[in-house]
Amino acid sequence: MRVVVIGAGAIGAACALALTEAGAEVVVIDRTGGAGETSSRCEGNILVSDKEPGPEADLAIEANRSWRALAERLDAERVPGQPATEFEAKGGIVVAFSGGADALRSFARSQHGIGIRSEPLDAAALRAAEPHLSAEIALGVHYPDDAQVQPSLATQAMLARAVHGGARLVVDEVVAGTVVAGRVTGVRTRRGLVEADAVVNCAGPWAGEVAALFGSVLDIRPRRGTILVTTAMPQRVFHKVYDADYVGAVGSGDASLQTSTVVESTPAGTVLIGSSRERVGFSGDGLLAPLSEIAAKASRLFPFLRDTMLLRTYYGFRPYAPDHLPAIGADAVIAGLFHAAGHEGAGIGLAPTTGALIAHAVLGAPAPVDPTPFLPSRASLHGAAGQGRSGAPNHAERGANNTEAAA
Amino acid sequence: MSVQIAVDGAVLEGRDGQSIAGVLLAAGRRTWRTAAGAERGIFCGMGICQDCVLTVNGVEGVRACQRTACDGDVVEREVRA
Amino acid sequence: MTGRRVVVIGAGPAGLAAAAAAVSAGAEVTVLDEGERIGGQFWRHHPDLTDPHLQHQTARFRKLQEQLAGARVLSSASVWRIERGAPLRVHALVGPADAAQRRGEPVVADALVIATGAHDRVLPVPGWTLPGVTSAGAAQAVAKRDGVRLGERTVVAGAGPFLLPVAQSIGRVGGVVAEVVEAASIGTLVRGWGRRPWELTTAAGKAGELASYLGSLAAARTPYRFGAAVTRVHGTTGVEAVTVQRVAADWRPIPGTERTVECDSVALGHGFTPRLEAAIQVGCEIGSDRFVRVGSQQDTSVPDVYAAGEITGIGGADAALAEGTVAGLAAAGVAPADIRYREPLAARRRMRAFAARLETHRVGSGWTGWLDADTIVCRCESVRRGALDEYGEASSRAMRLATRAGLGACQGRVCGRSVEDITGAPVGYDRRPVLSSVRIGELAATCGGDIAD
Repeated sequence: MRVVVIGAGAIGAACALALTEAGAEVVVIDRTGGAGETSSRCEGNILVSDKEPGPEADLAIEANRSWRALAERLDAERVPGQPATEFEAKGGIVVAFSGGADALRSFARSQHGIGIRSEPLDAAALRAAEPHLSAEIALGVHYPDDAQVQPSLATQAMLARAVHGGARLVVDEVVAGTVVAGRVTGVRTRRGLVEADAVVNCAGPWAGEVAALFGSVLDIRPRRGTILVTTAMPQRVFHKVYDADYVGAVGSGDASLQTSTVVESTPAGTVLIGSSRERVGFSGDGLLAPLSEIAAKASRLFPFLRDTMLLRTYYGFRPYAPDHLPAIGADAVIAGLFHAAGHEGAGIGLAPTTGALIAHAVLGAPAPVDPTPFLPSRASLHGAAGQGRSGAPNHAERGANNTEAAA
Repeated sequence: MSVQIAVDGAVLEGRDGQSIAGVLLAAGRRTWRTAAGAERGIFCGMGICQDCVLTVNGVEGVRACQRTACDGDVVEREVRA
Repeated sequence: MTGRRVVVIGAGPAGLAAAAAAVSAGAEVTVLDEGERIGGQFWRHHPDLTDPHLQHQTARFRKLQEQLAGARVLSSASVWRIERGAPLRVHALVGPADAAQRRGEPVVADALVIATGAHDRVLPVPGWTLPGVTSAGAAQAVAKRDGVRLGERTVVAGAGPFLLPVAQSIGRVGGVVAEVVEAASIGTLVRGWGRRPWELTTAAGKAGELASYLGSLAAARTPYRFGAAVTRVHGTTGVEAVTVQRVAADWRPIPGTERTVECDSVALGHGFTPRLEAAIQVGCEIGSDRFVRVGSQQDTSVPDVYAAGEITGIGGADAALAEGTVAGLAAAGVAPADIRYREPLAARRRMRAFAARLETHRVGSGWTGWLDADTIVCRCESVRRGALDEYGEASSRAMRLATRAGLGACQGRVCGRSVEDITGAPVGYDRRPVLSSVRIGELAATCGGDIAD
């Protein structure tokens, strides 16, 4: 069976690897190359800490487990052109200033029920874990299972392994989908026609545009994030550290600027600082507001950052679905068309399990989790935005708030 | 007119107006930084390459070729790793 | 036209000429320059330390300084962001180079002149990370600014007429120049500059300058080699010698022509790389020639933004002065038909003819032939040529993240073009949201609004 995967970011790479290992002939088509866009502009989070009980949490717990095995497998045997994933089971610490401590405590408790491990740290333990944290912090909660990869390298590693297993990576742009009698027959690229039995849309923030090429509708839009990277220094931050200020906030699909601090060190010695969310289309304008706000908030969490030199800043686009769940599975109408997009800020972490769900949808392989909540045909993905839980913290916002950019 | 700066404990004398790199070079020191185990000092001389960075008065990331030496400056090697 | 707020970024020849012209046209002018003293590279100096023989066109410089009395000049001002709009907004930090907590200085402009100049392009050479190897510009800078030499016996190598003033400045601070090594062959030079190059240089007013440089070389009996390149630097803890090798017209090294030259320092200059970042950040279109695209009035693709000097094309100080004058008049709102343009436009035409000849020394694609797999290409991250080859198939961004080439402290300013030549793929112009050398706290200070929880 020949499957075309559109998009060679983390999701496309994971799907290509899963499909190839399940026996399909895979052609991955990306107009920029491997890890050319969002996957090279993000942080590489593999988080469970930011998920409230629900389908995305189930997905994240399974993906967290899956990443550990996958990273070990990929790193154990590297083919030429396959970089190391830099997988680090570093754990995360969510911190709250005095106004937010109670909300954080109850959020953590709600997660215990579904198996997300966490432990509150007393002042002494917090100081030991993160000696450079501001003394104003009232509470820290340690999530031991949070992990990290270098997202661009991990994507390239999955791609290299897929190619090694027989997949083909083509740098080209898909300009049309070919659909005959309600069934996909392939894609048309700038260079010509590629026939396929199935097509998987892994185009990230452009997934909506790609769906339209097949006459389908997928409401996925870009949500801009920005990141600051410091110059290299001796290690001063030892876990992923996040501000709990998202917890208790009413979830929103708000287009206006939202920032929430995330800080971590990298093996290269730099410190990555985020995060911001804005719906500004694919624009690169107006960056001063999110960057300066991130800088201000991060300096409050880690005062040493005030005098730290910036090495570079950049931005990327998360793929945003209005009901805050990725779309994974068969298209509602067109046979042979599948989607795997809309992971917002959690794409890297959820990649391997997304790949497995696509192998299930396309080839009938066993599903690692219940695929139903993620189906592209679900009502909440079509029609009115903002359908979803009311009142409670929007878990995907939380997840979204914690995807950052990598060095 | 001269200036005196402390470099990793030693006192070096330079001419008023010289850059920190200039003072170091005039004192016969060509390198003051390590990159991947190799010694580095001045390279581009105009603040582009970042090879010459030092810690000056406790502040990291100061380009020695761009910064004028002031009397009493305390200059230290950067610790990156 | 009167009172139009013009901001000039860069106080080298182009920036100074633009500022002076804008002042004369009645504009309210602010000059932002990162150096401690105005002058850029061409007029880099220290009142007490610089040998007067190393200063050229000083009368012109003094005149410009006088004309600048009508402008607000901020030295030690590092521009880190320019925002489009009406008015434009320029963010700068003022204070000692790389100091912490510098003073934020936002400046508002009706028109902007970007004159950020260029820096040396230095091609990687095996052994070029040894202590004692610098750019040609560094040798000149420490001579001019600090009155210091980089070594006792220096080889100056690369391409282009800039090698000559570099050799001269080394001599003036007591160094010996062992050789000057130029990649272009005599034949190429004759074809490029014409049989009577002095006529061209006379037209450009450069004959006296050329004579002065060649005179210095002759007086010191310094050999000037053509059609050759330094293809290896030798030494253990520092430079001890170089290999000089003949190169073909495309710069490919010719086997069997190696010579060893003893020295303790090497100054390398293979032309210039324009400093485009400010122009790119504000959105100026960059031409396929990799310079800022400008119209007849030095106008860029962004309304009210002008560009002059090396960022519009490498042409040296004289071209920069002419272009700067045109840009300054235009930024101040002087109409295109105004008579005040006549002289600078004529000068610009003359200097363009000179600048075009600099192409004679352009980098030949065969230079990569002198690299080993082991040669460091990205100095900041110590990335070797072999690593770049391994990720040749990946997208440019992915390759950089995998090898770290261009991700170090200088963010690809030194290695960028070399990486492109080696991988054969353009790196692409990253629009940097923040130009470098800003501390997190300084960035935070520009945050409006209350961020307490």
